[in-house]
Parts: sequence; C-alpha cells; structure tokens
Amino acid sequence: MWIWADLTSDGLASSALELLTKARELGGEIGAVAFGPRATDAVAALGEHGAIRVYASDDDRLEEPTSRVAAHTLVALIARDSPDVVLFPSSYRARDVAGRVQALTGSTVMANAVDLPTIDRARAEILGGTTVVDVDLAGPRPHLVLMRPRSFEPAAVGGTAEVVIVDVVEPAGFVSASVLSRTDPGATGPSLDDAKVVVAGGRGLGGPEGFRLLEELAGAIGDTAIGASRAAVDAGWVPYALQIGQTGATVKPEVYLAAGISGALQHAVGMKGSRRIVAITKDPEAPILKMADLGVVGDLFQVLPALTEEVRRRTGR
Amino acid sequence: MNVAVLVKWVPEPQGTPTLGTDHLLVREGADGALDPGDEYGLERALQLVERDGGEVTIVSMGPEIAVAAVQRGLAMGAARAVLITDPALRGSDTLVTARVLAAAIRRLGPIDLVVAAVESTDGYTGTLPITLAELLELPSVTFATSFDVIDGAELQAERQTASGSEALACPLPALVTSTTGVAAPRYPSLKGVMAAKSKPVDRPSLTELGLVADEIRSTQSVTGVGTAPEKAGGRVIEAGPDAAAEIADLLEEARVI
Ligand SMILES: Cc1cc2nc3c(=O)[nH]c(=O)nc-3n(C[C@H](O)[C@H](O)[C@H](O)COP(=O)(O)OP(=O)(O)OC[C@H]3O[C@@H](n4cnc5c(N)ncnc54)[C@H](O)[C@@H]3O)c2cc1C
Repeated sequence: MWIWADLTSDGLASSALELLTKARELGGEIGAVAFGPRATDAVAALGEHGAIRVYASDDDRLEEPTSRVAAHTLVALIARDSPDVVLFPSSYRARDVAGRVQALTGSTVMANAVDLPTIDRARAEILGGTTVVDVDLAGPRPHLVLMRPRSFEPAAVGGTAEVVIVDVVEPAGFVSASVLSRTDPGATGPSLDDAKVVVAGGRGLGGPEGFRLLEELAGAIGDTAIGASRAAVDAGWVPYALQIGQTGATVKPEVYLAAGISGALQHAVGMKGSRRIVAITKDPEAPILKMADLGVVGDLFQVLPALTEEVRRRTGR
Repeated sequence: MNVAVLVKWVPEPQGTPTLGTDHLLVREGADGALDPGDEYGLERALQLVERDGGEVTIVSMGPEIAVAAVQRGLAMGAARAVLITDPALRGSDTLVTARVLAAAIRRLGPIDLVVAAVESTDGYTGTLPITLAELLELPSVTFATSFDVIDGAELQAERQTASGSEALACPLPALVTSTTGVAAPRYPSLKGVMAAKSKPVDRPSLTELGLVADEIRSTQSVTGVGTAPEKAGGRVIEAGPDAAAEIADLLEEARVI
C-alpha cells in the first residue's frame, strides 16, 4: 500500500496524513511517495503517521508542470516494488500524475473515492455527492485511487521511515511546459482546513467589495476562514485557493455560513459535511436552504452587517 | 493550426441524473446536451483558428444521442467532427475512453493542440485528458484559466495552482484543459445551426480505430448503489430584525463565539 504525499510551498499537505490513516487500516507495508520541494523534510511526519518507507526526492525535474517525469519515475518504482494500491489525494497535481501513470500501466483510476473498504473495492460519491456507489477494481496493479479530501482523520502513531533514494526517469525526446512566472499570495489567517468556522460567499456578494463584509464578520467571530463558490472565483473576485466544492476544497468546520450561494451540487460536495450550516440567500427556492440548519431568506447586505454587530456585542471584540 | 476539441454529451445538466438497474447512468431516452463545461474550451479554440487560420475538429465518444452535442459544437463553428459510438463502450472507464479518443485523434493526422475541459459535469473524474496526453505523448497544461497560441508554435497559458497561479509556455503539439475562465461561449446563430447539418461527421468503428477487445475492457464494475445520507432540513426564517440574533445564537450553541 502506497500513498502519494503532496508537497506544497507550505510543506507536506495534510492530505498525506489522512491517506496514511486509511493505509494503516488496510494493513501491509506502507510506502509514501514524496516528490517535490523539501521532500526529505517531510519524511519524519510521514514516518510518525505510519509510513515505513519514503520514496523522497526534491529533484526539480519531478516538479515540471506536465507531471510526465514524475509519472515515469513513479512507474519505475512501481515496477520494482509492486504496490497493490496507490492512494492519491484529489489535488490537481495528484490527478495529473495518476492520469499519466494510468496510461503507462493500464491500471484502473478510481476518482472521488470516499473510502476503500478492501484493496479491490472503493466507495465513491457520484452525481454531485447524492449517490454512493461501491466499485470493484480490476486490471493491472496497482489500483490508483484518488480520495476526496478529509475522508479520514490524520492520526500519529509514532515510528520512523526509511528513506529510499529515487532515480529520476526522464522520457527521451520530450519537451515539457516551462514556468514563465509564478504568483503565490500565501495564506493569511486560519486555513480552510483548520478553521472552526468558514464563512463563504457566492455570486450574491456582487463583487470583491462584498467579501469585505465577510472579512469583517470573520474578524468578529475569530478562528474563521473565508471561502467562496466557483461563481465568485471565476468572476475573479477572490483567488482560486478559496474555492469550495467539487473542484476546490472540502471543508468540515463546526459552522459553515454561506452568503449569496445557491448550493449547487458541485458546491455542496465540498461543504455538506460541516457540523452546522447557516445560509443567507434571497431565493426561497435555493437548494442551500435544504441543507441548512438555519436558513435566512433575505438580503445579505442587511443581514451580514447586523450579524457582525451582534457578534461584536456578544463577544466584546 | 489544427485543433481537436474533446466534447461529451451529458444527461440534462440541470436535471437530476439517475442510475439504471445495471448501475450505469441512464443515458438512453434522457434529455441531454453538450456538457456546458466543454463550451469554454471550444469557444477559445474557435477564437484561435478564426484569428490564425486552421480548423477545429470535435472529437467525442458517446451513445447515439451524443449526435446532439456534436451538432451543437458544429453549430458553434467547428469544421468537422468524429463521433465514436459502440454498444461495447457502454460503461467504459477512463482508460478505455482515453484509448478510444487517442485512436480517433491519431487518425486525424497532425494536430497542433488538443483542448478538453478540466472534468465532465456528470462523471467529474478529472484524469481522462491527462491519460490521453500520456497516450499521445504530449506535454500538457491542466486547469488553464486562459490560453493562447503564439506564432502557431507555442502554447502560453495561465493556470491555477493550489495556492496561486502560474504562467506556462509549452511547445506544440500539446494538450490543454480549460476552466470556465478561458472564454465566454458564443450562442450558435441560426446560420450556424443550418450549416452544421452539412458538416462532415466521421463515425469510425472500433475496428477502424484499430482497437482490440483487450483494450476496451473496463477495469471497474459498480456492485452496489446507495443514496448518500441526506441531512434533515433545518429551520428557514425571513430576514427580519431577529435574524442576526438567531444566527448568533447558533454560533454560541456551536461554541465558536
Ligand atoms: C464540472 C463543474 C465543477 C464545478 N465545481 C464547483 C466547485 O468546486 N465549487 C462551486 O462552488 N461550484 C462549482 N461548480 C459550479 C456550480 O455548478 C455553480 O454554478 C456555482 O456553485 C454557483 O455559484 P453561486 O452559488 O455563488 O452562484 P448562483 O448559483 O448564481 O447563486 C447565487 C445566490 O445568491 C443569491 N443572492 C443574490 N443576491 C443576493 C443578496 N443581495 N442577498 C442574498 N442572496 C443573494 C441568489 O438568490 C442565489 O441563491 C462546478 C460546475 C461544474 C460544471
């Protein structure tokens, strides 16, 4: 059983630790594949969470944007050590690598998995998370399974991992895309993963200024992250990193407050696991009201400032 | 410049999709359309050939009714289409689909750019285009928020990353997957709809594509279906003077303030 450990500019992604929880449950020897910046720094955390071996490399070539070198390198490791399953997160990077590995090995790719009851059977949510299916996996090993974020809780068990040196495999005669420039605004405030409260805005906020109202509310509540629907992200009001849903983050905070979001299926898959849901929308027919513990039908430009006031009054902040 | 755009017919995107007794999505007899997610990349591809010359070819695999999706793409302005339909492909997994599409694209002759949506609206696996890129040995740029072709030789694209964005350059031929940001899709004109009817639609068989039984065997089978646990609906109130207090009460109950 292997897991793909995503490395970001902030270090090891928490998805790797979630996947290790599942890998431990299934038993067997657990390997972790960590290709990317400061990969060796991640070895200790991966070991503590159950990996006994880490295939680590921070070679720049593995980071090329098309993921082709990473896929060929991973396939060489697979050929040598024959894992039964490789668990991936659902990130862009992981999808790119898993997709290319599939072409090379003929393995099955199971996307949007929420569980893996056995190594040959995955459980996945389809049709926007309304339906759960059990899927038998066949074909050449390893099965490549992409897990929805936050399907498992990370848990440390103690332990240290052996580091395996990775030989980079570069396919001959191939030119990858090259990076001309990069912008990484970096995180401010609590992350969507960890915040106790997420306040999210959609098209109903009407523009980037609308998000100021959410920022003020977040400041009043404390330990609160800002999220957004895809409509708000596609309009360019807020960066993609804030997107919640099928093609964005999955969050499970204590309270999720949606303002000006209709609650499309693709949005719902990213937030319906929240402990409590509050929705503010003008539309009494909006699907988000069916998911909400408390739905408020009306103008968010009135409700949000009043709420910020009320929270400030109660907390004295 | 020759551009291949992948499109998919999906059951009515606004409707409620259902699974049949065979655990496969009901496609026959369902209302359906061109996947709305595909229109953005198609629009951008059309803009590029209108500016630089060349042709857009639509490539699709799907049931017989997928002709409707292909026709819409032709009505928007694509020059021709390839549609692969075969009962043996029902319920295909992403690998089989990628093999079929790869064979269809190879048959087109030299292609400079392959355009696909990031993921489909109904299946949303999000790996198919990249599997196809590897089968065709193409470099790829995924999750593009904008893209352009420079001098017919280089793809330049902006893409989203987990925490920001990056600008990339990639030699052609290449594959790009597009988000809804790349262009605002045009609405087919009446003239476009009429013209679409006489545009060539190639319907190659699996044999003509050179695919053998082993290559189209799916690696997945659905063995059980259940409904995801639905949350009991909560309380809905009108926004009045008490709304803020009610929300604040809930925040207190949740011990977050
Ligand atoms: C393949 C695919 C993947 C997708 N992935 C995602 C994803 O990851 N995340 C995601 O969010 N979406 C995703 N979508 C898009 C999704 O289908 C919806 O289009 C999107 O979520 C809608 O965003 P919204 O709710 O902000 O906008 P809308 O649906 O337009 O809703 C706006 C809401 O605001 C309300 N409103 C307007 N003005 C006010 C006001 N003054 N006061 C109060 N309420 C007001 C309206 O009544 C409405 O309920 C995806 C779509 C596809 C096809």
